[in-house]
Amino acid sequence: MAQKEFAGHMVDVNEEGYFTNPQQWNKEIAAAIAKEEGLELSDKHYAIIEFLRNRFISGEALSIRSINKSGIVDVKEFYALFPGAPLKKSTKIAGIPKPSSCI
Amino acid sequence: MKNILILGAGTAGTLIANKLRKRLSKREWSITIVDENKEHYYQPGFLFIPFGIYNQNDVIKPKAKFIPKGVDFIYSQIDKILPQENKVLIAEGKRELKYDFLIIATGTRIAPEETPGLLGELWHKDIFDFYTVEGAVALAERLKSFNGGKLVVNITELPFKCPVAPLEFIFLADTYFKKRGIRDKVELTLVTPLPGAFTKPIATKMLSGLMEEKNIKIVPDFNIAEVDNLNKKILDYEEKAVEFDILVTIPTNKGADMIERSSMGDDLNFVPTDKHTLQAVGHENIFVLGDAANLPTSKAGSVAHFAADFLEENLISAINGEPLKAKFDGHANCYIVTSYSKGTLIDFNYETEPLPGRYPYWIGPFGLLKDTRLNYFGKLFFKWMYWNLLLKGHHLPVTSHMSMCCKERPE
Repeated sequence: MAQKEFAGHMVDVNEEGYFTNPQQWNKEIAAAIAKEEGLELSDKHYAIIEFLRNRFISGEALSIRSINKSGIVDVKEFYALFPGAPLKKSTKIAGIPKPSSCI
Repeated sequence: MKNILILGAGTAGTLIANKLRKRLSKREWSITIVDENKEHYYQPGFLFIPFGIYNQNDVIKPKAKFIPKGVDFIYSQIDKILPQENKVLIAEGKRELKYDFLIIATGTRIAPEETPGLLGELWHKDIFDFYTVEGAVALAERLKSFNGGKLVVNITELPFKCPVAPLEFIFLADTYFKKRGIRDKVELTLVTPLPGAFTKPIATKMLSGLMEEKNIKIVPDFNIAEVDNLNKKILDYEEKAVEFDILVTIPTNKGADMIERSSMGDDLNFVPTDKHTLQAVGHENIFVLGDAANLPTSKAGSVAHFAADFLEENLISAINGEPLKAKFDGHANCYIVTSYSKGTLIDFNYETEPLPGRYPYWIGPFGLLKDTRLNYFGKLFFKWMYWNLLLKGHHLPVTSHMSMCCKERPE
Protein backbone atom coordinates (compact mmCIF):
# COMPACT_ATOMS: atom_id res chain seq x y z
CA MET A 1 0.00 0.00 0.00
CA ALA A 2 1.28 3.45 -0.93
CA GLN A 3 1.15 6.68 1.03
CA LYS A 4 0.86 10.16 -0.32
CA GLU A 5 1.16 13.61 1.21
CA PHE A 6 -1.61 16.17 0.75
CA ALA A 7 -1.64 19.54 2.55
CA GLY A 8 0.89 18.22 5.06
CA HIS A 9 -1.04 15.02 5.90
CA MET A 10 0.12 11.52 4.99
CA VAL A 11 -2.74 9.38 3.68
CA ASP A 12 -3.03 5.78 2.50
CA VAL A 13 -3.88 5.43 -1.17
CA ASN A 14 -4.13 2.61 -3.67
CA GLU A 15 -2.22 2.35 -6.94
CA GLU A 16 -4.71 4.66 -8.67
CA GLY A 17 -4.48 7.31 -5.96
CA TYR A 18 -7.82 6.59 -4.28
CA PHE A 19 -8.06 6.66 -0.47
CA THR A 20 -8.11 3.31 1.24
CA ASN A 21 -9.14 4.91 4.53
CA PRO A 22 -11.82 7.59 4.05
CA GLN A 23 -11.37 8.64 7.72
CA GLN A 24 -8.07 10.31 6.80
CA TRP A 25 -9.85 12.87 4.66
CA ASN A 26 -10.52 16.54 5.40
CA LYS A 27 -11.43 19.63 3.40
CA GLU A 28 -7.84 20.89 3.09
CA ILE A 29 -6.80 17.54 1.67
CA ALA A 30 -9.69 17.71 -0.79
CA ALA A 31 -8.48 21.07 -2.03
CA ALA A 32 -4.96 19.69 -2.51
CA ILE A 33 -6.17 16.67 -4.53
CA ALA A 34 -8.39 18.96 -6.58
CA LYS A 35 -5.41 21.16 -7.38
CA GLU A 36 -3.58 18.10 -8.76
CA GLU A 37 -6.62 17.50 -10.96
CA GLY A 38 -6.55 21.12 -12.09
CA LEU A 39 -9.66 22.15 -10.15
CA GLU A 40 -10.43 24.91 -7.70
CA LEU A 41 -13.20 23.82 -5.32
CA SER A 42 -16.30 25.97 -4.93
CA ASP A 43 -19.10 25.58 -2.37
CA LYS A 44 -21.01 23.53 -4.94
CA HIS A 45 -18.06 21.17 -5.32
CA TYR A 46 -17.95 20.73 -1.53
CA ALA A 47 -21.68 20.12 -1.36
CA ILE A 48 -21.38 17.33 -3.92
CA ILE A 49 -18.38 15.87 -2.15
CA GLU A 50 -20.35 15.80 1.10
CA PHE A 51 -23.27 14.09 -0.66
CA LEU A 52 -20.93 11.45 -2.12
CA ARG A 53 -19.24 10.81 1.23
CA ASN A 54 -22.56 10.46 3.05
CA ARG A 55 -23.86 8.11 0.42
CA PHE A 56 -20.70 6.03 0.54
CA ILE A 57 -20.75 5.85 4.34
CA SER A 58 -24.36 4.68 4.36
CA GLY A 59 -23.38 1.91 1.94
CA GLU A 60 -25.38 3.11 -1.06
CA ALA A 61 -24.07 2.64 -4.58
CA LEU A 62 -22.60 5.62 -6.37
CA SER A 63 -23.42 6.23 -9.97
CA ILE A 64 -23.67 9.12 -12.37
CA ARG A 65 -27.46 8.74 -12.09
CA SER A 66 -27.44 9.09 -8.28
CA ILE A 67 -26.24 12.70 -8.68
CA ASN A 68 -29.76 13.61 -9.77
CA LYS A 69 -30.90 12.65 -6.26
CA SER A 70 -28.41 14.99 -4.61
CA GLY A 71 -30.66 18.02 -5.03
CA ILE A 72 -27.46 19.99 -5.69
CA VAL A 73 -26.81 19.57 -9.41
CA ASP A 74 -28.06 17.53 -12.33
CA VAL A 75 -25.82 15.30 -14.39
CA LYS A 76 -24.96 17.99 -16.91
CA GLU A 77 -23.82 20.41 -14.21
CA PHE A 78 -21.91 17.57 -12.55
CA TYR A 79 -19.91 17.19 -15.76
CA ALA A 80 -19.31 20.95 -15.87
CA LEU A 81 -17.95 20.93 -12.30
CA PHE A 82 -15.72 17.86 -12.72
CA PRO A 83 -14.96 17.78 -16.45
CA GLY A 84 -14.00 14.59 -18.24
CA ALA A 85 -14.78 11.83 -15.79
CA PRO A 86 -16.92 13.42 -13.08
CA LEU A 87 -17.54 10.38 -10.90
CA LYS A 88 -13.91 9.24 -10.97
CA LYS A 89 -12.61 12.73 -10.19
CA SER A 90 -15.17 13.62 -7.53
CA THR A 91 -14.76 10.37 -5.59
CA LYS A 92 -10.99 10.76 -5.63
CA ILE A 93 -11.31 14.29 -4.21
CA ALA A 94 -13.93 13.05 -1.70
CA GLY A 95 -11.44 10.53 -0.31
CA ILE A 96 -13.61 7.49 -0.99
CA PRO A 97 -12.97 4.41 -3.18
CA LYS A 98 -13.50 4.60 -6.93
CA PRO A 99 -17.01 3.27 -7.61
CA SER A 100 -16.59 -0.22 -8.91
CA SER A 101 -18.76 -1.20 -11.80
CA CYS A 102 -19.80 -4.80 -11.70
CA ILE A 103 -19.71 -6.98 -14.73
CA MET B 1 -50.55 -25.12 6.39
CA LYS B 2 -47.81 -22.55 5.80
CA ASN B 3 -47.24 -20.55 2.63
CA ILE B 4 -44.28 -19.76 0.47
CA LEU B 5 -45.04 -17.07 -2.06
CA ILE B 6 -42.82 -16.54 -5.12
CA LEU B 7 -43.19 -13.33 -7.14
CA GLY B 8 -42.13 -13.75 -10.77
CA ALA B 9 -42.11 -16.93 -12.88
CA GLY B 10 -39.06 -16.23 -15.01
CA THR B 11 -35.82 -18.19 -14.84
CA ALA B 12 -35.24 -17.55 -11.12
CA GLY B 13 -38.81 -18.00 -9.89
CA THR B 14 -39.49 -21.14 -11.92
CA LEU B 15 -36.23 -22.74 -10.89
CA ILE B 16 -36.72 -22.13 -7.17
CA ALA B 17 -40.38 -23.26 -7.32
CA ASN B 18 -39.20 -26.60 -8.71
CA LYS B 19 -36.47 -26.97 -6.12
CA LEU B 20 -38.66 -26.08 -3.16
CA ARG B 21 -41.57 -28.30 -4.21
CA LYS B 22 -39.17 -31.26 -4.20
CA ARG B 23 -37.68 -30.25 -0.88
CA LEU B 24 -40.72 -29.34 1.25
CA SER B 25 -43.56 -31.54 2.43
CA LYS B 26 -46.82 -30.95 0.55
CA ARG B 27 -48.79 -31.48 3.73
CA GLU B 28 -47.01 -28.68 5.59
CA TRP B 29 -46.17 -26.18 2.88
CA SER B 30 -48.16 -24.67 0.07
CA ILE B 31 -46.20 -22.89 -2.67
CA THR B 32 -47.73 -20.17 -4.83
CA ILE B 33 -46.12 -18.36 -7.74
CA VAL B 34 -47.48 -15.15 -9.32
CA ASP B 35 -46.69 -13.66 -12.72
CA GLU B 36 -48.73 -11.59 -15.14
CA ASN B 37 -47.27 -13.09 -18.32
CA LYS B 38 -48.09 -16.54 -19.66
CA GLU B 39 -45.01 -16.87 -21.86
CA HIS B 40 -41.58 -17.96 -20.73
CA TYR B 41 -38.74 -16.51 -22.76
CA TYR B 42 -35.41 -18.21 -23.35
CA GLN B 43 -33.60 -14.91 -23.12
CA PRO B 44 -30.09 -16.05 -24.17
CA GLY B 45 -31.74 -16.85 -27.53
CA PHE B 46 -32.81 -13.24 -28.19
CA LEU B 47 -29.28 -12.48 -29.36
CA PHE B 48 -29.64 -14.83 -32.35
CA ILE B 49 -32.97 -13.45 -33.61
CA PRO B 50 -31.65 -10.28 -35.33
CA PHE B 51 -29.40 -12.44 -37.51
CA GLY B 52 -32.08 -14.95 -38.47
CA ILE B 53 -30.34 -17.80 -36.61
CA TYR B 54 -33.34 -18.21 -34.26
CA ASN B 55 -36.92 -17.05 -34.65
CA GLN B 56 -39.62 -16.40 -32.06
CA ASN B 57 -40.61 -20.05 -31.86
CA ASP B 58 -37.16 -20.96 -30.58
CA VAL B 59 -37.42 -18.74 -27.55
CA ILE B 60 -41.04 -18.87 -26.32
CA LYS B 61 -42.85 -21.62 -24.42
CA PRO B 62 -45.79 -21.49 -21.98
CA LYS B 63 -44.67 -20.75 -18.43
CA ALA B 64 -47.17 -23.26 -17.04
CA LYS B 65 -45.26 -26.11 -18.67
CA PHE B 66 -42.35 -25.56 -16.27
CA ILE B 67 -44.25 -25.06 -13.02
CA PRO B 68 -44.42 -28.37 -11.16
CA LYS B 69 -47.56 -30.04 -9.83
CA GLY B 70 -48.29 -28.93 -6.32
CA VAL B 71 -47.44 -25.29 -7.01
CA ASP B 72 -50.34 -22.86 -7.48
CA PHE B 73 -49.78 -20.57 -10.44
CA ILE B 74 -51.68 -17.28 -10.34
CA TYR B 75 -51.64 -15.13 -13.48
CA SER B 76 -51.96 -11.63 -12.17
CA GLN B 77 -50.41 -8.24 -12.05
CA ILE B 78 -48.56 -7.72 -8.75
CA ASP B 79 -49.57 -4.54 -7.02
CA LYS B 80 -47.29 -4.32 -4.00
CA ILE B 81 -45.65 -6.07 -1.10
CA LEU B 82 -46.70 -5.12 2.43
CA PRO B 83 -43.71 -6.56 4.30
CA GLN B 84 -44.90 -5.45 7.77
CA GLU B 85 -48.11 -7.43 7.29
CA ASN B 86 -46.56 -10.42 5.49
CA LYS B 87 -48.82 -10.07 2.51
CA VAL B 88 -48.83 -9.12 -1.14
CA LEU B 89 -51.58 -7.28 -2.97
CA ILE B 90 -52.33 -8.46 -6.52
CA ALA B 91 -54.84 -7.70 -9.28
CA GLU B 92 -54.71 -3.92 -8.80
CA GLY B 93 -55.05 -4.38 -5.07
CA LYS B 94 -58.29 -6.35 -5.26
CA ARG B 95 -56.84 -9.53 -3.85
CA GLU B 96 -54.32 -10.29 -1.13
CA LEU B 97 -51.98 -13.22 -0.62
CA LYS B 98 -50.51 -14.01 2.80
CA TYR B 99 -47.10 -15.54 3.15
CA ASP B 100 -44.82 -17.02 5.78
CA PHE B 101 -41.83 -16.68 3.47
CA LEU B 102 -41.58 -14.53 0.36
CA ILE B 103 -39.18 -14.93 -2.57
CA ILE B 104 -38.84 -11.93 -4.87
CA ALA B 105 -37.84 -12.97 -8.40
CA THR B 106 -39.32 -10.18 -10.50
CA GLY B 107 -36.15 -9.62 -12.51
CA THR B 108 -35.17 -6.55 -14.47
CA ARG B 109 -36.64 -4.79 -17.48
CA ILE B 110 -35.30 -2.33 -20.01
CA ALA B 111 -36.34 1.26 -19.37
CA PRO B 112 -35.73 3.17 -22.62
CA GLU B 113 -37.99 5.95 -21.27
CA GLU B 114 -35.09 6.98 -19.00
CA THR B 115 -33.09 8.41 -21.93
CA PRO B 116 -34.60 11.44 -23.68
CA GLY B 117 -35.21 10.78 -27.36
CA LEU B 118 -34.71 7.03 -27.24
CA LEU B 119 -38.43 6.32 -27.63
CA GLY B 120 -38.70 8.99 -30.34
CA GLU B 121 -39.84 8.59 -33.91
CA LEU B 122 -36.93 6.28 -34.82
CA TRP B 123 -37.81 3.68 -32.15
CA HIS B 124 -38.07 0.28 -33.84
CA LYS B 125 -37.43 2.00 -37.20
CA ASP B 126 -33.72 2.77 -36.91
CA ILE B 127 -33.30 2.38 -33.14
CA PHE B 128 -33.70 -1.08 -31.61
CA ASP B 129 -33.18 -3.07 -28.46
CA PHE B 130 -32.62 -6.81 -28.54
CA TYR B 131 -33.70 -7.47 -24.93
CA THR B 132 -37.34 -7.95 -25.93
CA VAL B 133 -38.75 -10.30 -28.55
CA GLU B 134 -40.43 -7.34 -30.29
CA GLY B 135 -37.14 -5.42 -30.48
CA ALA B 136 -35.12 -8.41 -31.70
CA VAL B 137 -37.70 -9.29 -34.38
CA ALA B 138 -37.96 -5.68 -35.61
CA LEU B 139 -34.16 -5.46 -35.76
CA ALA B 140 -33.97 -8.67 -37.82
CA GLU B 141 -36.28 -7.07 -40.41
CA ARG B 142 -34.26 -3.84 -40.48
CA LEU B 143 -30.91 -5.63 -40.86
CA LYS B 144 -32.21 -7.49 -43.92
CA SER B 145 -32.67 -4.22 -45.79
CA PHE B 146 -29.48 -2.59 -44.49
CA ASN B 147 -26.88 -2.36 -47.22
CA GLY B 148 -24.18 -0.29 -45.54
CA GLY B 149 -23.54 2.57 -43.15
CA LYS B 150 -22.94 3.09 -39.47
CA LEU B 151 -24.19 0.49 -37.02
CA VAL B 152 -23.71 1.70 -33.45
CA VAL B 153 -24.18 -0.44 -30.33
CA ASN B 154 -24.65 1.74 -27.24
CA ILE B 155 -24.64 0.73 -23.58
CA THR B 156 -26.61 3.33 -21.61
CA GLU B 157 -25.45 2.61 -18.08
CA LEU B 158 -24.57 -0.16 -15.65
CA PRO B 159 -25.81 -2.56 -14.43
CA PHE B 160 -27.50 -4.28 -17.36
CA LYS B 161 -28.57 -7.83 -18.01
CA CYS B 162 -26.05 -10.24 -19.52
CA PRO B 163 -23.02 -7.92 -19.66
CA VAL B 164 -21.39 -9.80 -22.53
CA ALA B 165 -24.43 -9.58 -24.85
CA PRO B 166 -23.49 -6.25 -26.52
CA LEU B 167 -20.09 -7.70 -27.44
CA GLU B 168 -21.66 -10.90 -28.72
CA PHE B 169 -24.12 -8.85 -30.75
CA ILE B 170 -21.38 -6.86 -32.43
CA PHE B 171 -19.25 -9.98 -33.10
CA LEU B 172 -22.26 -11.70 -34.71
CA ALA B 173 -22.99 -8.56 -36.75
CA ASP B 174 -19.43 -8.74 -38.07
CA THR B 175 -19.99 -12.32 -39.28
CA TYR B 176 -23.49 -11.50 -40.58
CA PHE B 177 -22.25 -8.67 -42.82
CA LYS B 178 -19.25 -10.73 -43.98
CA LYS B 179 -21.63 -13.49 -45.08
CA ARG B 180 -23.69 -10.94 -46.98
CA GLY B 181 -20.48 -9.67 -48.62
CA ILE B 182 -20.94 -6.09 -47.40
CA ARG B 183 -18.70 -5.99 -44.33
CA ASP B 184 -16.49 -3.33 -45.99
CA LYS B 185 -19.54 -1.06 -46.33
CA VAL B 186 -20.53 -1.29 -42.66
CA GLU B 187 -18.86 0.60 -39.85
CA LEU B 188 -19.32 -1.21 -36.52
CA THR B 189 -18.87 0.82 -33.32
CA LEU B 190 -19.36 0.02 -29.64
CA VAL B 191 -20.14 3.13 -27.58
CA THR B 192 -19.82 2.41 -23.87
CA PRO B 193 -19.67 4.19 -20.50
CA LEU B 194 -16.87 1.79 -19.52
CA PRO B 195 -13.21 2.67 -20.07
CA GLY B 196 -12.85 -0.35 -22.41
CA ALA B 197 -14.61 -3.34 -23.96
CA PHE B 198 -15.34 -4.92 -20.56
CA THR B 199 -14.99 -4.16 -16.88
CA LYS B 200 -12.31 -6.56 -15.72
CA PRO B 201 -8.74 -6.14 -17.01
CA ILE B 202 -7.77 -9.64 -18.16
CA ALA B 203 -11.01 -10.31 -20.06
CA THR B 204 -10.93 -6.78 -21.49
CA LYS B 205 -7.49 -7.42 -22.96
CA MET B 206 -8.64 -10.62 -24.68
CA LEU B 207 -11.89 -9.08 -25.95
CA SER B 208 -10.24 -5.83 -27.12
CA GLY B 209 -7.86 -7.96 -29.18
CA LEU B 210 -10.80 -9.69 -30.84
CA MET B 211 -12.48 -6.36 -31.57
CA GLU B 212 -9.36 -5.01 -33.21
CA GLU B 213 -8.98 -8.17 -35.28
CA LYS B 214 -12.55 -7.76 -36.50
CA ASN B 215 -12.17 -4.02 -37.18
CA ILE B 216 -14.78 -2.98 -34.62
CA LYS B 217 -14.33 0.53 -33.25
CA ILE B 218 -14.85 1.47 -29.63
CA VAL B 219 -15.84 4.82 -28.12
CA PRO B 220 -15.18 4.48 -24.35
CA ASP B 221 -16.21 6.70 -21.39
CA PHE B 222 -19.41 7.81 -23.14
CA ASN B 223 -22.44 8.42 -20.90
CA ILE B 224 -25.42 8.96 -23.16
CA ALA B 225 -27.52 12.03 -22.34
CA GLU B 226 -29.96 12.02 -25.25
CA VAL B 227 -30.76 10.86 -28.77
CA ASP B 228 -31.07 13.39 -31.58
CA ASN B 229 -33.64 11.66 -33.84
CA LEU B 230 -33.50 14.34 -36.52
CA ASN B 231 -29.74 14.20 -37.13
CA LYS B 232 -29.41 10.54 -36.09
CA LYS B 233 -26.84 11.14 -33.38
CA ILE B 234 -26.35 10.12 -29.78
CA LEU B 235 -24.96 12.79 -27.48
CA ASP B 236 -23.22 12.45 -24.14
CA TYR B 237 -23.21 14.94 -21.27
CA GLU B 238 -20.21 16.79 -22.64
CA GLU B 239 -21.75 17.08 -26.10
CA LYS B 240 -19.59 14.35 -27.58
CA ALA B 241 -21.64 12.99 -30.49
CA VAL B 242 -21.70 9.69 -32.39
CA GLU B 243 -23.66 9.40 -35.65
CA PHE B 244 -25.61 6.28 -36.55
CA ASP B 245 -27.68 4.80 -39.34
CA ILE B 246 -28.86 2.00 -37.07
CA LEU B 247 -28.63 2.33 -33.30
CA VAL B 248 -28.79 -0.82 -31.20
CA THR B 249 -29.33 0.31 -27.63
CA ILE B 250 -28.91 -1.45 -24.33
CA PRO B 251 -31.22 0.85 -22.35
CA THR B 252 -31.13 1.54 -18.61
CA ASN B 253 -32.14 -1.58 -16.69
CA LYS B 254 -34.55 -1.27 -13.78
CA GLY B 255 -36.19 -3.66 -11.35
CA ALA B 256 -39.97 -4.14 -11.44
CA ASP B 257 -42.15 -1.07 -10.83
CA MET B 258 -43.88 -3.11 -8.13
CA ILE B 259 -40.65 -2.86 -6.07
CA GLU B 260 -40.92 0.91 -6.21
CA ARG B 261 -44.59 0.82 -5.22
CA SER B 262 -43.56 -1.33 -2.23
CA SER B 263 -40.75 1.15 -1.33
CA MET B 264 -38.31 -1.74 -1.22
CA GLY B 265 -35.81 -0.79 -3.94
CA ASP B 266 -32.74 1.34 -4.58
CA ASP B 267 -32.51 4.11 -7.24
CA LEU B 268 -33.09 1.55 -9.98
CA ASN B 269 -35.73 -0.52 -8.12
CA PHE B 270 -33.33 -3.35 -7.29
CA VAL B 271 -33.87 -4.86 -3.84
CA PRO B 272 -31.03 -4.40 -1.32
CA THR B 273 -29.98 -7.98 -0.62
CA ASP B 274 -27.31 -9.61 1.53
CA LYS B 275 -24.82 -10.74 -1.09
CA HIS B 276 -23.97 -13.99 0.71
CA THR B 277 -27.23 -15.14 2.35
CA LEU B 278 -29.61 -13.67 -0.32
CA GLN B 279 -31.95 -12.39 2.40
CA ALA B 280 -33.56 -9.00 1.72
CA VAL B 281 -31.89 -6.41 3.96
CA GLY B 282 -34.10 -5.74 6.97
CA HIS B 283 -36.60 -8.54 6.25
CA GLU B 284 -36.00 -11.93 7.88
CA ASN B 285 -38.66 -13.80 5.92
CA ILE B 286 -37.94 -12.35 2.47
CA PHE B 287 -35.32 -13.65 0.06
CA VAL B 288 -34.36 -12.33 -3.37
CA LEU B 289 -33.26 -14.42 -6.35
CA GLY B 290 -31.91 -13.41 -9.75
CA ASP B 291 -31.83 -9.99 -11.42
CA ALA B 292 -34.22 -8.40 -8.90
CA ALA B 293 -31.45 -8.33 -6.26
CA ASN B 294 -28.84 -5.58 -6.10
CA LEU B 295 -25.97 -8.09 -5.86
CA PRO B 296 -22.56 -6.88 -7.09
CA THR B 297 -22.32 -9.57 -9.76
CA SER B 298 -23.77 -10.06 -13.24
CA LYS B 299 -27.48 -9.90 -13.94
CA ALA B 300 -27.69 -13.26 -15.68
CA GLY B 301 -29.49 -16.58 -15.61
CA SER B 302 -26.32 -18.36 -14.53
CA VAL B 303 -26.21 -16.27 -11.36
CA ALA B 304 -29.86 -17.08 -10.56
CA HIS B 305 -29.09 -20.74 -11.17
CA PHE B 306 -26.03 -20.87 -8.91
CA ALA B 307 -27.62 -18.66 -6.24
CA ALA B 308 -30.73 -20.88 -6.08
CA ASP B 309 -28.82 -23.65 -4.28
CA PHE B 310 -27.76 -21.22 -1.55
CA LEU B 311 -31.18 -19.64 -1.27
CA GLU B 312 -32.76 -23.07 -0.85
CA GLU B 313 -30.38 -23.97 2.00
CA ASN B 314 -30.86 -20.64 3.76
CA LEU B 315 -34.62 -20.76 3.44
CA ILE B 316 -34.64 -24.18 5.09
CA SER B 317 -32.44 -22.80 7.89
CA ALA B 318 -34.78 -19.83 8.31
CA ILE B 319 -37.80 -22.17 8.48
CA ASN B 320 -36.04 -24.15 11.21
CA GLY B 321 -35.06 -20.98 13.07
CA GLU B 322 -31.36 -21.65 12.51
CA PRO B 323 -28.62 -19.21 11.40
CA LEU B 324 -28.17 -18.81 7.64
CA LYS B 325 -25.03 -20.75 6.85
CA ALA B 326 -24.93 -21.04 3.06
CA LYS B 327 -22.80 -18.26 1.55
CA PHE B 328 -23.22 -17.42 -2.12
CA ASP B 329 -19.93 -16.35 -3.74
CA GLY B 330 -21.35 -14.37 -6.69
CA HIS B 331 -20.54 -17.15 -9.15
CA ALA B 332 -21.40 -16.33 -12.78
CA ASN B 333 -20.51 -18.08 -15.96
CA CYS B 334 -21.16 -16.95 -19.53
CA TYR B 335 -20.54 -18.17 -23.01
CA ILE B 336 -19.53 -15.37 -25.35
CA VAL B 337 -20.12 -16.11 -29.02
CA THR B 338 -17.52 -14.43 -31.18
CA SER B 339 -18.74 -15.44 -34.65
CA TYR B 340 -21.12 -17.98 -36.25
CA SER B 341 -18.80 -20.82 -35.35
CA LYS B 342 -16.68 -19.83 -32.38
CA GLY B 343 -17.07 -18.72 -28.82
CA THR B 344 -15.27 -18.09 -25.58
CA LEU B 345 -16.27 -18.70 -21.97
CA ILE B 346 -15.85 -16.73 -18.77
CA ASP B 347 -16.30 -17.93 -15.19
CA PHE B 348 -15.97 -15.61 -12.20
CA ASN B 349 -17.35 -14.49 -8.81
CA TYR B 350 -17.37 -11.53 -6.38
CA GLU B 351 -13.64 -11.89 -5.74
CA THR B 352 -12.11 -13.49 -8.82
CA GLU B 353 -12.18 -11.80 -12.21
CA PRO B 354 -12.54 -13.95 -15.37
CA LEU B 355 -9.29 -15.83 -15.92
CA PRO B 356 -8.03 -17.87 -18.84
CA GLY B 357 -7.68 -21.66 -18.58
CA ARG B 358 -10.00 -24.60 -19.03
CA TYR B 359 -13.52 -25.23 -17.74
CA PRO B 360 -13.88 -28.86 -16.76
CA TYR B 361 -17.15 -30.28 -17.97
CA TRP B 362 -18.67 -33.57 -19.11
CA ILE B 363 -18.24 -32.86 -22.84
CA GLY B 364 -15.41 -30.36 -22.36
CA PRO B 365 -13.12 -29.08 -21.25
CA PHE B 366 -14.21 -25.72 -22.64
CA GLY B 367 -11.58 -23.02 -23.14
CA LEU B 368 -11.82 -20.06 -20.77
CA LEU B 369 -11.04 -16.75 -22.51
CA LYS B 370 -10.07 -18.77 -25.56
CA ASP B 371 -11.80 -18.54 -28.90
CA THR B 372 -12.88 -22.09 -29.82
CA ARG B 373 -15.50 -23.96 -31.88
CA LEU B 374 -16.52 -26.17 -28.94
CA ASN B 375 -17.53 -23.11 -26.90
CA TYR B 376 -19.94 -22.03 -29.64
CA PHE B 377 -21.62 -25.41 -29.68
CA GLY B 378 -21.72 -25.31 -25.90
CA LYS B 379 -23.84 -22.16 -26.18
CA LEU B 380 -26.27 -23.75 -28.65
CA PHE B 381 -26.50 -26.96 -26.62
CA PHE B 382 -27.28 -24.88 -23.57
CA LYS B 383 -30.73 -24.09 -24.97
CA TRP B 384 -31.67 -27.74 -24.60
CA MET B 385 -30.27 -27.89 -21.08
CA TYR B 386 -32.17 -24.73 -20.15
CA TRP B 387 -35.62 -26.00 -21.15
CA ASN B 388 -35.11 -29.59 -20.08
CA LEU B 389 -32.92 -29.48 -16.99
CA LEU B 390 -32.25 -26.05 -15.57
CA LEU B 391 -35.79 -24.67 -15.24
CA LYS B 392 -36.99 -27.91 -13.71
CA GLY B 393 -34.39 -27.63 -10.99
CA HIS B 394 -32.49 -30.74 -12.08
CA HIS B 395 -28.86 -31.00 -11.16
CA LEU B 396 -26.50 -29.71 -13.85
CA PRO B 397 -22.97 -31.08 -14.04
CA VAL B 398 -21.39 -27.85 -12.79
CA THR B 399 -20.55 -26.69 -9.26
CA SER B 400 -22.46 -23.83 -7.65
CA HIS B 401 -19.37 -22.37 -6.01
CA MET B 402 -16.80 -21.10 -8.48
CA SER B 403 -13.85 -23.49 -8.72
CA MET B 404 -10.25 -22.30 -9.18
CA CYS B 405 -9.48 -25.61 -10.90
CA CYS B 406 -7.70 -25.24 -14.24
CA LYS B 407 -7.65 -21.43 -14.19
CA GLU B 408 -4.41 -19.59 -14.87
CA ARG B 409 -3.47 -16.11 -13.77
CA PRO B 410 -1.45 -14.47 -16.56
CA GLU B 411 1.87 -12.78 -15.62
